[in-house]
Amino acid sequence: MSSPNSAYPETPATQTKAKRQEWPLWEVFIRGQHGMSHRHVGSLHAPDEEMAIKNARDVYTRRNEGVSIWVVEARHIAASSPSEKGPLYEPSESKVYRHPTFFDIPDEVGAM
Amino acid sequence: MTDTTAYFEFLCRMGDNTLVLGHRVSEWCGHAPILEEDIALANTALDMIGQTQMWLGLAGEVEGEGRSADDIAMLRDAWDFRNCLLCEQPNGDFGQTMMRQFLFDAWHLAMLTELQNSSEQRVAEIAAKAIKEVQYHVERSGDTVIALGDGTAQSHERMQKALNLLWPYVGELFTPDAVDTAMAEAGIAPDLTKLRVGFDTHIGQVLSEATLAIPDSNFAHQGGKSGFQHSEHLGHILTQMQWLQRAYPGASW
Repeated sequence: MSSPNSAYPETPATQTKAKRQEWPLWEVFIRGQHGMSHRHVGSLHAPDEEMAIKNARDVYTRRNEGVSIWVVEARHIAASSPSEKGPLYEPSESKVYRHPTFFDIPDEVGAM
Repeated sequence: MTDTTAYFEFLCRMGDNTLVLGHRVSEWCGHAPILEEDIALANTALDMIGQTQMWLGLAGEVEGEGRSADDIAMLRDAWDFRNCLLCEQPNGDFGQTMMRQFLFDAWHLAMLTELQNSSEQRVAEIAAKAIKEVQYHVERSGDTVIALGDGTAQSHERMQKALNLLWPYVGELFTPDAVDTAMAEAGIAPDLTKLRVGFDTHIGQVLSEATLAIPDSNFAHQGGKSGFQHSEHLGHILTQMQWLQRAYPGASW
């Protein structure tokens, strides 16, 4: 299997040629009022991480959606390749026994 | 000046500041340099309009003539407005807008901080609600002033020009008149001259980080908050802001 691909093309930290200056892309994760996990809500542009959090606050929490914000520069996200869908995911399709549905859970255990 | 008159005037000043600046900032909606700033500016504008509803709503109650916040906002002419001159100045470029915002936000934060201890409970309550929004406004506008001031040669020059242009409008915010004195004596609002010290420290720090020089002049335009002499810009704002209520009186949806 090949090495993980970046979800987005690499942007060199220092650009040799004077290109059109674009702010980097950031992926935004918000933790809602309920639950402990941060969920991906979208992306935005910002010059640095502080502004990315501020922009995320303005773009994604206007309607009281969140209690915590994570941002990560999109180029730092490693992603699986869509073309490897077959070898990566299809083998697990036929393995229903991996779902823990074949056990009787004792009442004493309670909700799981 | 009776107590109620001064109190009403004071509430109109607070409400008209946020109304006029809120409208000014809303003019950027759909025009800001990037989408994220567009939304952030619209949020700020809406925060200020929300604060206006509280201040002018209370003003209407204090006046006791049955006027609602909407009546006061939409059915007065320029000479009845009590906003400071800074708030009605044109947007200019994005940098000028952010400089105006920062200077106002820094004053606003200092003012609301003191108003939380107002002898009038309603004033203290509105201040406590508004200050959470304003703390964010000033952080954002301050950061942008620093980023642009200490940015490229062009952004630095534009920010310095903006500061030079807007500086003469800062003094009015801190120059007490009969209304301010009456409010300070009643414990409703702070002594404006005392507010200035904290303000100077705050903006001094941000502007120095932004590598911008504060103009060496204390000249201050006056006449906004007293309503004596607004700049020509206010009338133009009102023609846009009030046209619907003027053309279709009483319209609502």
